[in-house]
Amino acid sequence: MRWRETCGIAVVIVLCAFASGAQAQTLYGLGRPATAAEIAGWNIDVGRDGSNLPKGSGSVSRGREVFAQQCASCHGDKGEGGLGDRLVGGQGTIATPKPIRTVGSYWPYAPTLFDYIRRAMPQNAPQSLSDEEVYAVSAYILNLNGLVGADATLDAKSLAAVKMPNRDRFVGDARPDVKH
Amino acid sequence: MSSTSDADDKPAGTTRRRFLRAGAAAAGGTVLGAGASVAAATDNLPPNIPEWMKAAGEPTGGQLYGAPSPFEKGVVKNISKTLKQYISASSRTPLQELDGIITPNGLFYERHHGGVPTIDPAQHRLMLHGLVERPLIFTMDDLRRFPSESRVHFLECSGNPGYSKPYGKTASDLVGLVSCAEWTGVSLKLVLQEAGLKPDAKWIVAEGADAAALTRSIPIEKCLEDAMLVYSQNGERLRPQQGYPLRLFLPGFEGNMSVKWLRRLHVTAEPVYSREETSKYTDLLPDGTAREFSFYMEAKSIITRPSGGQRLGAPGFHEITGIAWSGHGKIARVELSVDEGKSWQSAQLQEPVLTRALTRFRLPWQWDGKPAVIQSRAIDETGYVQPTLAELLAVRGENYFYHNNAIWPWRIAADGEVTNALA
Repeated sequence: MRWRETCGIAVVIVLCAFASGAQAQTLYGLGRPATAAEIAGWNIDVGRDGSNLPKGSGSVSRGREVFAQQCASCHGDKGEGGLGDRLVGGQGTIATPKPIRTVGSYWPYAPTLFDYIRRAMPQNAPQSLSDEEVYAVSAYILNLNGLVGADATLDAKSLAAVKMPNRDRFVGDARPDVKH
Repeated sequence: MSSTSDADDKPAGTTRRRFLRAGAAAAGGTVLGAGASVAAATDNLPPNIPEWMKAAGEPTGGQLYGAPSPFEKGVVKNISKTLKQYISASSRTPLQELDGIITPNGLFYERHHGGVPTIDPAQHRLMLHGLVERPLIFTMDDLRRFPSESRVHFLECSGNPGYSKPYGKTASDLVGLVSCAEWTGVSLKLVLQEAGLKPDAKWIVAEGADAAALTRSIPIEKCLEDAMLVYSQNGERLRPQQGYPLRLFLPGFEGNMSVKWLRRLHVTAEPVYSREETSKYTDLLPDGTAREFSFYMEAKSIITRPSGGQRLGAPGFHEITGIAWSGHGKIARVELSVDEGKSWQSAQLQEPVLTRALTRFRLPWQWDGKPAVIQSRAIDETGYVQPTLAELLAVRGENYFYHNNAIWPWRIAADGEVTNALA
């Protein structure tokens, strides 16, 4: 261990001395390279612009079926909420004393819907839906909120193009907001 | 259970002890055996020899992992019995029952979003990828081979408590989603250096290996300042409820960001805008705008004794004690008022006062037996003063939900009963 550390430090010093930007020997030599396939299998992060959304698509009508089977028992037949969060309605309430925060009224980015459903829903079997089913359920929830038409089919490009009503209502952290 | 520092010989002490026993029995089931009579209980008091001195006790090794005295069975986490579901839920630390600044691991608060996974550490991996020179995968053995460090820090859920009624009855009901521990692990900065950050690396998206695959974006400045990858808590491996075998730890930031069961760190140029940092954990203002990426837990304190649900047995000496903390650094001062906020005096701070850690404060007090309102306010090393609830509500409104760090006063009635003065 000590010999290895000493070697590692020596290598770093040598590399620094030559100002080399090439694949530097690291200080501790711990961990192993992650392959592209391993990263692709685990990286399910979808950006707000839709980056890293997978191939495939899903329709509102298919989403209605999947929702009834997989989601309605917690979120209600029409996304009105129950054991799980309310998903639908509330537009126009966010600036009132009784705000109703739903996907349609509060969520700023539509691709986040895909990201969250794929990684965490349904709660009793997360990551069990196919990408097509996730697109379809996303489309159905957006349709229930009046944000896409009943005949819509969403894919990476069209999901990212959905403009959420509350998108521009998020601001930075202005604390400390009480000063003495 | 609670301190019984009052002298036993005084009638006041006896009254208090009787109350405490009754309280313990009510809270934790029958502490005294059903058949134990009052007369039998006094058999163990002076001048008699107590029964537990007349026979050998339990053999050594009867508990290979120790548990508290059966007389402390009422000191447990505090969880609502009426939640809609318990998969995404929280349980609270019984702050009013604890001393010092370290929360026992079994009483550390919990907040889960997809239940508590059971993870075999031999099969757990941490993937570090994105804007790095060398994407890497670490085993737990790899991470434990890095230089280690231990630091004491608090962890607090950002919703502790909300802004609208009903307000909690006890200190735990109110602010029991804060705890403090000694954390051991490796500096995140060291692990990032191993992979080599690219120049446009500005955020790191952390993901848990739970059923929620909980995801939060962390600014790179925090990752390089004092973030840790933690595998041990208070000297032992993390409990499953705290992220076994590995969690991220971000001192002073809202608890949700210290992602448990950490399996992936994705270095990015911008936040991922996950569900947890857009639809949740954003602070809604009365005008309909919402603050996002509001990370720090601001300075806060609570008196834990005497506090709601307790009772002062008699006038006379009582120590007022509690905890203070700030996500921005050390507690500089804690001020106490025993006259409804008319005057304030500095409390004693128990050393060591550590950055982004609970700090225990104390004030000796003579209660005159008249109704009183007691409260504490923390001032941290930045000079920030803990505000009143009214001050926060004036700026934030009742729907802000997170980051409530209000002063919380307790009302003491003439009969000694302590209740929430704002409820």
